[in-house]
Amino acid sequence: MFYIHCPYCGEHREEEEFHPKGQAHIERPKDPEACSDEEWGDYLFFRDNPRGVHHELWVHAVGCRKFFNVTRHTVTYEILETYKMGEQPRITAESLASQQTQGNVQVASGGQQTVGATNAAAPSVKGEQV
Amino acid sequence: MSQSKKQANRLAKGGRIDRSRTLSFTFNGQSYQGHPGDTLASALLANGVDIVNRSFKYSRPRGIVAAGAEEPNAIVQLGSTEAGQVPNVRATQQALFAGLTARSTNGWPNVQRDMMGLVGKVGGKFMPPGFYYKTFMAPASMWMTYEKYIRKSAGLGRSPMEVDPDTYDHLHQHCDVLVVGGGAAGLAAALAAARSGARVIVADEQEDMGGSLLDSRETLDGKPADQWVAQVLEELAGCENVTLLPRTTANGYHDHNFVTLHERRTEHLSETAPLVNGHRPVRSRMHRVRAGQVILATGAHERPLVYAGNDVPGNLLAGAVSTYIRRYGVAPGNKLVLSTSNDYGYRAALDWKEAGREVVAIVDARQAPAGDWVEAARAQGIKVITGSAVIEAKGGSRVSAARVAKIDIDTFKVIGQAETLACDTIASSGGYSPVIHLASHTGARPTWRDDLLGFVPNLVKGVQACGGANGTYDLGEVLAEGVEAGVKAAAATGHAAPAVSLPQAKTLEQGPAAPLFQVPHEKPTLRAPKQFVDLQNDVTAAGIELATREGFESIEHVKRYTAMGFGTDQGKLGNINGMAIAARCLGRSIPEVGTTVFRPNYTPVTFGAIVGRHCRDLFDPERYTALHQWHVEHGAEFEDVGQWKRPWYFPQTINGKKETMHEAVARECLAVREKIGILDASTLGKIDIQGPDAREFLNRIYTNKWMKLDVGRVRYGLMCKDDGMLMDDGTTSCLGENHFLMTTTTGGAAGVLEWLELWHQTEWPELQVYFTSVTDHWATMTITGPEARKLLAEITDIDLDRDTFKFMDWRAGKVAGVPARVFRISFTGELAYEINVQANYAMHVWKTLFEHGDKYGLTPYGTETMHVLRAEKGFIIAGQDSDGSVTPEDLGMQWAVGYDKPFSWVGKRALSRSDTRRTDRKQLVGLKPKDPKVVLEEGAQIVFDPKHAIPMPMAGHVTSSYYSPTLDSGFALGVVKGGHNKLGETVYLPMADGQTHEAEIVSPIFYDPKGERQNV
Repeated sequence: MFYIHCPYCGEHREEEEFHPKGQAHIERPKDPEACSDEEWGDYLFFRDNPRGVHHELWVHAVGCRKFFNVTRHTVTYEILETYKMGEQPRITAESLASQQTQGNVQVASGGQQTVGATNAAAPSVKGEQV
Repeated sequence: MSQSKKQANRLAKGGRIDRSRTLSFTFNGQSYQGHPGDTLASALLANGVDIVNRSFKYSRPRGIVAAGAEEPNAIVQLGSTEAGQVPNVRATQQALFAGLTARSTNGWPNVQRDMMGLVGKVGGKFMPPGFYYKTFMAPASMWMTYEKYIRKSAGLGRSPMEVDPDTYDHLHQHCDVLVVGGGAAGLAAALAAARSGARVIVADEQEDMGGSLLDSRETLDGKPADQWVAQVLEELAGCENVTLLPRTTANGYHDHNFVTLHERRTEHLSETAPLVNGHRPVRSRMHRVRAGQVILATGAHERPLVYAGNDVPGNLLAGAVSTYIRRYGVAPGNKLVLSTSNDYGYRAALDWKEAGREVVAIVDARQAPAGDWVEAARAQGIKVITGSAVIEAKGGSRVSAARVAKIDIDTFKVIGQAETLACDTIASSGGYSPVIHLASHTGARPTWRDDLLGFVPNLVKGVQACGGANGTYDLGEVLAEGVEAGVKAAAATGHAAPAVSLPQAKTLEQGPAAPLFQVPHEKPTLRAPKQFVDLQNDVTAAGIELATREGFESIEHVKRYTAMGFGTDQGKLGNINGMAIAARCLGRSIPEVGTTVFRPNYTPVTFGAIVGRHCRDLFDPERYTALHQWHVEHGAEFEDVGQWKRPWYFPQTINGKKETMHEAVARECLAVREKIGILDASTLGKIDIQGPDAREFLNRIYTNKWMKLDVGRVRYGLMCKDDGMLMDDGTTSCLGENHFLMTTTTGGAAGVLEWLELWHQTEWPELQVYFTSVTDHWATMTITGPEARKLLAEITDIDLDRDTFKFMDWRAGKVAGVPARVFRISFTGELAYEINVQANYAMHVWKTLFEHGDKYGLTPYGTETMHVLRAEKGFIIAGQDSDGSVTPEDLGMQWAVGYDKPFSWVGKRALSRSDTRRTDRKQLVGLKPKDPKVVLEEGAQIVFDPKHAIPMPMAGHVTSSYYSPTLDSGFALGVVKGGHNKLGETVYLPMADGQTHEAEIVSPIFYDPKGERQNV
C-alpha cells in the first residue's frame, strides 16, 4: 500500500485516501472536431505503460479532493515526487538517466539514500509521450 | 486410556522448560505429557512420537525435521471443538498448553497405516511431476470430480464449520524503526535505536525473544548468551518509546515500508481465547505498520542435505537437534550420525554427546576439515569421516541406519564402497540460507554470494538487513552489524543514537564450507531411492531433473511444474537445494539459474486476523435515510443499493395473510396509477453547483443545452464519458442565476462528483464553479398519482396551479410548515411532486403527508414498484439499461443531445466516429413477450434466428423486465442490434432450460405514450 504525499495537504497519507486516475498530462485536444478518428481514439484510449518512471494522476478522494500528479517508478513502486496540477515534473526518465550516468544515486528529494541495486534499473525512455 | 506414556526422550536437565509442572495434551487421540516451555513439536519428540504426518503426494510417513517456521512436515490441525478448529499450524511454532488437542492433517485412516502409502511406495515411479495434470487431464469436465478425491486423500487441513467465538483486531501503527526479529542482530539494533529516542517496534515470531541465543553454545561476556537477552529485554521493556511484540510474525512487506504484523495473543494459552472476568480478550491482532525505517533481522534457515531416504522420520536438521537438546531438554534419538558440509553442523554432535547420547560418526563432505570445531569434536572422541556424506538413510517408520560413502562433489559421484552405520537419527547441515522472504516481498531480487553459498537480500529504500538475514553468522559481527543498523535507522529518522557497548562474544572460528546440496548416490538420480528437496510438497531431486529434461529451463517454470516451494511452505528449506539441482542438470551456475522469490504470507495467517472487525454488520457501512425507522416500523423489505438500504416493497397483511412481493408490488403500482403513492427518494445523489461559470460548466459536461434554463425550471440531462457512452443521468434545476442542483443516480453520486471535479481541476480550472455533495442534507419524498396535487395543496403554501407550476418547474415554499423545495418531475409518468426538505425535518413532513393522505389512499411504495412504473414509461436506469457501450442515440434520446452547442462537450466528438454511426448498434427497444404470462429473464440473450446452428449469433439482451399490473402482462426493455428499425419484428430468447421465448420489438414506452398523465 502506497504512502502518498498530497502536495495540497502537505502530508503523507495512506493510499486508501486516494484514487488513481490514470496517466497524467493527457490534455484534451483543444478542438476535438478537428481531430481525425484516429487522433481522437489515441487521446481516448492509448496510454503509456513504461518500465520505469511514470507520471500519474491521482485524487485525494477522502481528503482535500484535489487532483495532483505523482511521479512513480513502476518497477520499484517508489514515488519520486508529487506535484500540483498545472506543474511539470522535476524528475523524468531522462533526468534520472542523466543523473545516474553521473554516478549519482540520490534519486528523490526525500533525503533517503537508495540502497542496493534495484533502484538503478535504468528506466526506459521509450514509451514516453509519443 | 492408560495414563500417558513416559517422556522417554526427555533429558534429566537443561532446557528452558519448567519440569515442576506437567501439561497433558493429545495428538491423534493419544494422550501425552509435556512441560511449560515446550512446543508441541518438542513435546512430541520428548514422547518419542516419530511419525507426525503423511506426505502430501506419496503419503510417506514423516517426522519432525526442524524447530521453527521452516518445519515442512509437522503441520497439524488444532482443536477439540468444531468452532476451535485451526488448520495449518506448525507443531514447531505452537506453544504447549494444558488440554491442547492436535491431529495430523494427512493420513487416512491414520498416520501409522495409510492407504495411500502403498501407492507412494509401489507407485512412486508412476507419479512424476505433473502426474495429476497428465493423468487426469481428459476429459476436462471430469477434473472437478477427480480433484475432489485427490484432495480428500491429500488432506490439506480444514476450516471450522461453526462460527468463530473469537475476536480479532486491526491496529494501525506508525513508528520510526521497525525491527523484525528479536535474535542477536535484532536486539542489538533495537537497543541502539531505542536509546536514540526513536519510536521502535520489535516483532519476533517465537514464544520468547532471543532467537538462536536461547540455545547457543556461545557466551557473551563469559556468561550464557540468554542472560544478555534477558538484560536487553528488560531495558527495552522499560523504554516508553519501544513496543515489544513477541509471538508476532511479520507476514508481508508491502510498498513504502508498510509491514503487516500478525500478533498471536492467546494461542499459547488455549484453543480459543480464555475468558478473563467474563470477557473474551482479542485472540490476535494485525498490526498495519507504516515504518520510517525497517530492519530485517530475520536470521537464517539451515539447509538440509538432499540424500536418498532423507524424509524417513529421524532425519533432522543439525541445528534443530541442538535446539531440541539445549532449549527444550529433549534428545530426539539415541544414536546419531551427522552429515555436514560445514562447521556449524558440528554443534549438533557436541550437544548430542553432552546430552549423554552416542554419536556414531560425523560425516564431513570436506576432504580435510580442520579448525576449532573439528578439533573440539575430535577432542570429545567423536569419529570424523572426511570427504564423505550420508548417501542414503535406511528405515521405514524410523531411521535404522545411514549408508556413508566417499563422494566427489565436482563430478557428482560416489567413490568406492558405501559403509552402513547403524543409527536412529541422522542430522544434516548444508549450511545456512538467509531468510530473505520479507525482502523479496518488495519485488527486489536477491543476490547470490559464492562465499556464503546463499542469496542475500537486495533492498529497497528505507530498509536494512543485518545478522543472519544478511549472511553474517559470527556472533560478534552479528551484534556489531545490528547496532550499526539501529544507529543508521535512528539517524535516518532524525534521532542520534548514543554509543552502545557490546558484550564480548566468545565463539569458535568457523572454517570454509563445501558447496554440497544434493548428495550423489551410486545410482543416477532418476533411479536412486527418492531424494526429497521440498518435503511439504513432495518434490524430489528426480522430479526437478525430469522437469529440466522435459524442457523447463526457467526456474519459475520448474517451480510451477514441480510445485516446489508452493503453498504455506514458501520454499523455506527446499528452494536453494532445488535451484542447485536445476543448475546442475542444466549445466549452469546457481546465479545463472536465478531464484524464485517469495510471497506473503511468510507463515499462514488465520482469516480472523485478516478480517479483523470487518465482518458481519461491520463488513461494509450501511447508509440509512432519515425515514429509515418509519420503513422498518411499517414492515418494509429492504434492498441494498450501493451502501444504502432502500425499501424494496411494503408487504401488507391482508386477511391475516402477508402479501408476497408480487402481490405487494401489484397493489403499490395500481395505487400510484389510480390514486397516490409515496416513495422515499432521499438516496438520489444531489450535488449543489454554484459559481458564475456554473451554467457554462453544465453545458460542457451534459449532452444537452443549459444556457436558457430559467430560474425555477428543471431539465433532464445526460452525461457521457468522452468516448460518447452514457455514464449517468438525472435532473438539474436552476435555483438561481449562478446556482444549480444536480441529481444523480443513487449508485453514481460519488463517481459523478469526482467526474465533475476531474474536468474542472484538470481541464477547465479557469471556470469559476464549486461543487458540494448535499445528498445527505436533503431528504426527498416523491408523491405521485392523480391525487398528488390535492394532497400537497392541503399542507403547502406553494401555488400548485397547473399553469403556473408546470411540469419540470420547481418552487420554494413551506410544506408541513417547514422550508421545502418542491420539484414537479416524474419518474412514474403520473402527476408527481418531489418534496425536498432538510433531512432532520423529513420524518415530520412524511408523517404529516400520511395524516392528510389516508383519505386519498396514500400508499408507500419501494424500489421494485418504482422500477415497474418507470419501465412502463420507458425511462432508463443508467447502469442497468446502459452498460458503458451505449450512446444517447442508442437509447433513442437524440432529443437530449445538443449537437449545435458551441463548445465541444464531453462525449460529442466520439458520437461522430464511424463506430458510433453504425446502424447495427445495439439499440434500446421495448420487448413484448408473445405470451403475456411470460416475464423474460433480465440478461437473457436475444437472437434473430432460433434455428441457427450453435453458436447462434447474439443480437442483444434483456436489460429490464417486469410484470405490469396495469397492462396485466410481462414486458421488458432490451438492446437489440439495429432495433430502432425493427419495430414489429419478432425476436427469440433461447433459455438454459431448453425453452425458447418469443417477443415482439415495440416502442419502449408501454404506457401513456404521449405523456399526458404527468402533465395534468
